[in-house]
Amino acid sequence: MIRALTTRRTELAPFLLLLPAVATMLFVVALPLIFSLWTSLTPYKLTKPNTLYDFIGLTNYIRIFGDWDFWEAFLRTIAFLTVAINVEFALGLGIALLINKITWGQRGLRTIMMFPMMFSPILVGFQFKFLFNDHIGVVNNALQSLGLTDQAIPWLVDAKLAMFSITLAEVWMSTSVFAILLLAGLFAMPRDPLEAAKVDGCNSWQVFRHITLPFLMPFAYIAMAIRSLDVARAYDLVAVMTDGGPAGRTELLWTLVARVGYDEAKMGQANAMAYVSTILSVLFTWYFYRKLVAARRYMGGAE
Amino acid sequence: MAEITLEKVVKKYGALGVVHGIDLTIAHQEFVVLVGPSGCGKSTTLRMIAGLEDITGGLVRIGGQVVNDLPPRKRNISMVFQNYALYPHMNVRDNLGFGLKIAGQSPAEITRRVAEAADILGLAPLLDRTPAELSGGQRQRVAMGRAIVRNPDAFLFDEPLSNLDAKLRGQMRAEIKKLHQKVKTTVVYVTHDQVEAMTLADRIVVMRDGQIEQVGTPMEVFNHPVSTFVATFIGSPPMNLLPGTIAGQTVRLADGTEVPVPDRLKDFVHDGMAVQLGIRPDDISPVGHGLSQDGPGAEVALTVDLAEPLGMESLIYTRLAGQEVQAKLYGPRIAAPGEVLTFRLALDRAHLFDAATGKSVRVR
Repeated sequence: MIRALTTRRTELAPFLLLLPAVATMLFVVALPLIFSLWTSLTPYKLTKPNTLYDFIGLTNYIRIFGDWDFWEAFLRTIAFLTVAINVEFALGLGIALLINKITWGQRGLRTIMMFPMMFSPILVGFQFKFLFNDHIGVVNNALQSLGLTDQAIPWLVDAKLAMFSITLAEVWMSTSVFAILLLAGLFAMPRDPLEAAKVDGCNSWQVFRHITLPFLMPFAYIAMAIRSLDVARAYDLVAVMTDGGPAGRTELLWTLVARVGYDEAKMGQANAMAYVSTILSVLFTWYFYRKLVAARRYMGGAE
Repeated sequence: MAEITLEKVVKKYGALGVVHGIDLTIAHQEFVVLVGPSGCGKSTTLRMIAGLEDITGGLVRIGGQVVNDLPPRKRNISMVFQNYALYPHMNVRDNLGFGLKIAGQSPAEITRRVAEAADILGLAPLLDRTPAELSGGQRQRVAMGRAIVRNPDAFLFDEPLSNLDAKLRGQMRAEIKKLHQKVKTTVVYVTHDQVEAMTLADRIVVMRDGQIEQVGTPMEVFNHPVSTFVATFIGSPPMNLLPGTIAGQTVRLADGTEVPVPDRLKDFVHDGMAVQLGIRPDDISPVGHGLSQDGPGAEVALTVDLAEPLGMESLIYTRLAGQEVQAKLYGPRIAAPGEVLTFRLALDRAHLFDAATGKSVRVR
């Protein structure tokens, strides 16, 4: 009898020990997730709390999938993400390769390079908003003083230019993520395969193309996985610089979600959009993570 | 024809000289081993031949052509690195074929030559693996395969075996020798291991502090070392050196012991000359347990301090003329510490070096 009790106690111990963690996870992650999933299946309005109990099935989802504004924001987010990440990768790679060549003052440069990462995105947004202001902005002032144009270019008002300006701010802020990770990759790169490739007949470009770049790709995929999550949830930059305007031409998924949820108080529909956005983010991260795992498999032999 | 010649080759890093003007001619299809301790400039010399280091001064010729300003890819050489330097993201097949692909060979030709190289080195079952999935010895074989597949004018080996364990090192050493017999090509091989140098080389180049100390066949270098440096570097365990003075026809050692000057060296010494008597452990053996029992020699009773049995032979530490020396005992006989044995010194094989310069008395 006593033995049976002790055994049961030992069996229970792991579960008891895990309980605080499980409870926290339930409370902090699972519950809000389930709650927001539920609200996305109701016509929940913040102004009418009772609508929370009004189950309407997939109506919200059907509505947003039929909504061209949603699709526009959806596709724009993907385009924004693709352009921003590729430009950041290209620039970051260039910066990393250059800094890797420098022998004097490299530490200082590395630190300076990370400055943009130290600012809050909101402040970056404000700063770029000032830079690109059509009347008092530095950019127009400089262009006009140099005599390159005599007009005030509407950087944040013209639809195409506004998206360009936002992308530029995003790239300025986050290129260093790629640069720092790729630089770490370059530091870790063994010298021997590079020399072997030179002896094997490669010129500098071929060495870079066939040896350096494949070696750096896992590092690039890490940066891309992190950055795709970041960019897919972009809100602050856009909210500050254009607030989705003009006429919704810079609206991204999360600015749209916030507008529908808070301004229009349609929390149910907003949560449906948020779920789609989250799945998009997860898909991107999963994709880059898979690339990373595949690329890392062979790096065991790099030494 | 790919003869490699070095003419007064110098390498400096800023003010620091690493290689101080070496002259060397490596014949077509010759296997030359550069050997020396760390920092003697042997690897730097090899890397200058490969084109991986700039040449500060002098000329390097491959097949008659001066290659000082040619990048590695235009020198038609292959190199095997200490850390294998395989391309980690390519499988064995692509590793082997990479050079050919860069050279623009047709896929059919690449396949044919990769298969040929894989066949020579027994890599056929491994072609689809990545380097991460190979053992050290297999990686080394792939590195060698990558070198031979391009059919270069010369192979350069940079300490290729030093990352392998002792047993594998012995196997791979034999494979490299076999490979050179199959694929007759000029080879320059760098190592700090005198056993590799002795076993592989057609000619050994002993280097020291950025200069060539001695060039010769393994037997020349072993039997006629030009200096105490070569004498102690080549041969294991190293040659014993005993300081002494020439007194007539004898060498008087530190404690007054006199041993006769070897006949072949009599013309090279003069009375009162400060010398070092060099004698290999193999030439100090207990009577009846040595290699050479005839020829001129001296017999002396010595006390065994320490014995290291190795099976068919034992290495014995003892004191001769007040100095610790190593001796060899051949035959499966156990020697106990404290035991007094009569040792025979095979003096006809002894060497004499000038105590001031460290050079053999025969060269001056």
